[in-house]
Amino acid sequence: MRLPARILLGLFCLLVAVWLIAPTIVVVPMSFNDKKSLAFPPSGFSWQWYQNFFSNPEWSSSLVSSLKVAVVTAVLATIIGTSAAFGLDRMKSRVSGVLRAVLITPMIVPGVVLAVGIYAVYLDTQLVGTLTGFVLAHTMLAVPFVIIAVSASLEVFDKRLETAAISLGASRLTAFRTVTLPLIAPGMLSGLLFAFVTSFDEIIVALFITSPYLKTLPVQIFSSITRDADPTVAAVGTLLFIATSLVIGAGLLVGSRQRKR
Amino acid sequence: MAATATPEISRSRAPADAAGERRRWFRGQPFWLVAPALLLLLVALGLPLAIVTLRSFSEPGWGLQNYVWFFGSPVNLTVLQRTFTISAWVTLVCVVAGYPYAYAMTIVGPRVRLILILCVLVPFWVSGVVRTLAWVILLQDSGVINSMIRGVGLSPIKLIRTQTGVVIGMAQVLLPFMILPLYAVMKTIDLRLMQAARSLGASPARAFVQVYVPLSLPGLYAGAIIVFILALGFYITPALLGGPRSTMLSTLIQNQVLSLLNWGKGGAMGVVLLVATFVLLALAAPLTRQPHKTGSRR
Amino acid sequence: MASSESRGATIDIRSVSKRYGGFTALDDVSLHIEAGEFMTLLGPSGSGKTTTLNVIAGFTELSSGVLEVGGRSVVGVPAHKRNIGVVFQHYALFPHMTVGRNVAYPLALRGVAREHRERRVQSALDMVKMVDFSHRFPSELSGGQQQRVALARATVFDPPLLLMDEPLGALDKKLREWLQLEIKRIHRELGTTFVYVTHDQEEALVLSDRIAVFNQGRIEQIGTGRQLYDEPATLFVGKFIGDSTVLRGTARTSGDETAIDIGGQKAVTRKRLPNGGTPVMLLRPEKLALVRRGARISVDRNSLAGRVGEAIYLGSGSKYEVVLADGSTAVVRSTLEDEAFQIGDEVDVLFAGSDARLLADDDKADLTLT
Repeated sequence: MRLPARILLGLFCLLVAVWLIAPTIVVVPMSFNDKKSLAFPPSGFSWQWYQNFFSNPEWSSSLVSSLKVAVVTAVLATIIGTSAAFGLDRMKSRVSGVLRAVLITPMIVPGVVLAVGIYAVYLDTQLVGTLTGFVLAHTMLAVPFVIIAVSASLEVFDKRLETAAISLGASRLTAFRTVTLPLIAPGMLSGLLFAFVTSFDEIIVALFITSPYLKTLPVQIFSSITRDADPTVAAVGTLLFIATSLVIGAGLLVGSRQRKR
Repeated sequence: MAATATPEISRSRAPADAAGERRRWFRGQPFWLVAPALLLLLVALGLPLAIVTLRSFSEPGWGLQNYVWFFGSPVNLTVLQRTFTISAWVTLVCVVAGYPYAYAMTIVGPRVRLILILCVLVPFWVSGVVRTLAWVILLQDSGVINSMIRGVGLSPIKLIRTQTGVVIGMAQVLLPFMILPLYAVMKTIDLRLMQAARSLGASPARAFVQVYVPLSLPGLYAGAIIVFILALGFYITPALLGGPRSTMLSTLIQNQVLSLLNWGKGGAMGVVLLVATFVLLALAAPLTRQPHKTGSRR
Repeated sequence: MASSESRGATIDIRSVSKRYGGFTALDDVSLHIEAGEFMTLLGPSGSGKTTTLNVIAGFTELSSGVLEVGGRSVVGVPAHKRNIGVVFQHYALFPHMTVGRNVAYPLALRGVAREHRERRVQSALDMVKMVDFSHRFPSELSGGQQQRVALARATVFDPPLLLMDEPLGALDKKLREWLQLEIKRIHRELGTTFVYVTHDQEEALVLSDRIAVFNQGRIEQIGTGRQLYDEPATLFVGKFIGDSTVLRGTARTSGDETAIDIGGQKAVTRKRLPNGGTPVMLLRPEKLALVRRGARISVDRNSLAGRVGEAIYLGSGSKYEVVLADGSTAVVRSTLEDEAFQIGDEVDVLFAGSDARLLADDDKADLTLT
């Protein structure tokens, strides 16, 4: 490509990149505002919204609820999704193709339609506002992500390695445990993370099945936004951003070190 | 008959050779591995959707009344049409912004590529609701974007509570879903084909249009479909960024069920949205197949 | 063909260099190629042969020097305006077009009318014997078939010059040998100038009118296969082309005679290095004779004692690797009439001093023999 075209493309990408990350970055300064208003740029500096987040039981309890739901969901979804990915991998391609399409439908069903239906079912079964209810819905939503992540690593996994291990004297189970599992572990881990984030960030279904006794963090954020301009929301956003950055940074570091080895 | 029966018999009588054993092992196991996921899907997705559909026909009484109401009301039809229009705009914006971006990802060095990928993923790092909140602040009449517009001497634009604002916010949320499949296809395109095209007499621009673009189409279609379908069902962003003149179908459904407790009408709207989604998907899915693997057989 | 003279373009490369930052890919390369000639650029990977091809094609701009095709400078002319056919190792067929559309593509770009296009595509595919595959997609063809289509596509617009970058590199041996003959035939039929890049010296010998041997960004020697084999200009060329035995040792030059000490025995030739340097002797396997230790002594021939380390039966004769007194290896080829030897046999290697090629030693010549 010639130089002017390259520069033009570069500028365009810069613009798109800014558009992509601006809303994320803007949240950080907003969280330090000294007045109780959501404004960018902020008018002064204070830590009070962070203090509020940790001291106000409404916020801290919703964080705890979200963590509980997300952890249980992530573990369950990883087990169910990994198992399914293995099953699909060993099936005839025509059957697995159809099943795969069916299994990822939660990703494309419009959220509100699904939420209405789940709400209806939960009303009849007294699952509204329960941990079980949240976990059930969120696991269903998260399983496709695990299937996709694990399938991707199974696709590049050389099945002859398992055969080789068996030829070297390993039982089928030992071969799976010592060869297959370590090699697809990165896929499972990213599936686990995706599942966690899916649950932790889920709001539409949560808005319908929430109750005063069990409120997840996104629901709390949403009601705070619609109620008043409380910068605590921005503080939460910033904390989430930092937490995710740390996790992903660590992941990248581990990944690059593994590749070097 | 006998001719067809013979191989059948001989196959069933064949000793458990290695291939036969493997086949049997594969036949039983995989289904039970997938079964938990299917059961979960049935309980947490199938059942709810079945109930929504059922109620659209049964509440308050049996019949097609809810659909008659939906398609008979100009307000509903306006919202339905608007839902499609906004989704189309969002898709267009994502294509225009995503295509050059994904292309750039394939031609830069590994370090710049990492930065570009991070920029695509960063939006996922912060809660979707919080991000939408940031858009509310940015798009305000007194927000940063309008200050900049004023700064260069233009008159400010109404962005918050308008369709434009909704499109800007939604496209930002959905852009990664455009860029990632596009990039996945683009990185498989053999750039040496462009060199070949040039040796045959095609100018760089021509080679791009006649060779590169056609090969990238499966990724473009895949990204566009997923963006459009996800946009159809969007709820949070239009609810926070939009005004009464940019209401989308999801908001209407939520309103019917939670505020008016009208399960039948809400259900009917839900079924319309669901059917639209799946019909679109079914129609567009063939476009996303990569028919001819690019590059050489090595 | 009568018209073959006029169909090809001459190529003039004078003092061409190509630098990437601090790395010199081409260092003062000069090469003249006649119209209609089949010129092969031969060398190990990274020797500059592909860079030269890319410079001619216009994919890479040269840093300095003169490049003329058909008597006109093409420096700065973009690749798509050079009208040069290129065949790539990776075929580079457009996967979204059928074979027919691939071959028609350069004609469409040149605004050839549809009815003429059809006929020319047919005849180009006919030339490579792929007419029946016109409606197939490249992914449905084998590697050899894809490369034949690529050949048709690169020649359908009658370019005066065809560049081929290791076109057979990805194919297996049998197919490669057959396609070599096909390429030779097509060269004869078209009368176009062919520039062919390969690292396979046998392929170069089969195909070329002349061969330019590349090493480390420079041309070591240009000549016919025979010239390169019989009169290599450098040790690198001698070792890169054909089998050879290199005799190294303490050298003494007296008058016009050079003697090299190999583990206590002397190899003598009535030659001397014109330009100085440490002399080594290079010998082709068929110039060496093998006899049992002490069986024959001749005054006019050099004799080196050794032990047979490897005996390879080749059908038409045998190839022996003889370990000499200094530990180096001599490669000897014998015919069926000659006496056969076993591994471990004590032998004498005989050769005439006049058959030895005296060359300057070059330690870099070994590194590149991979």
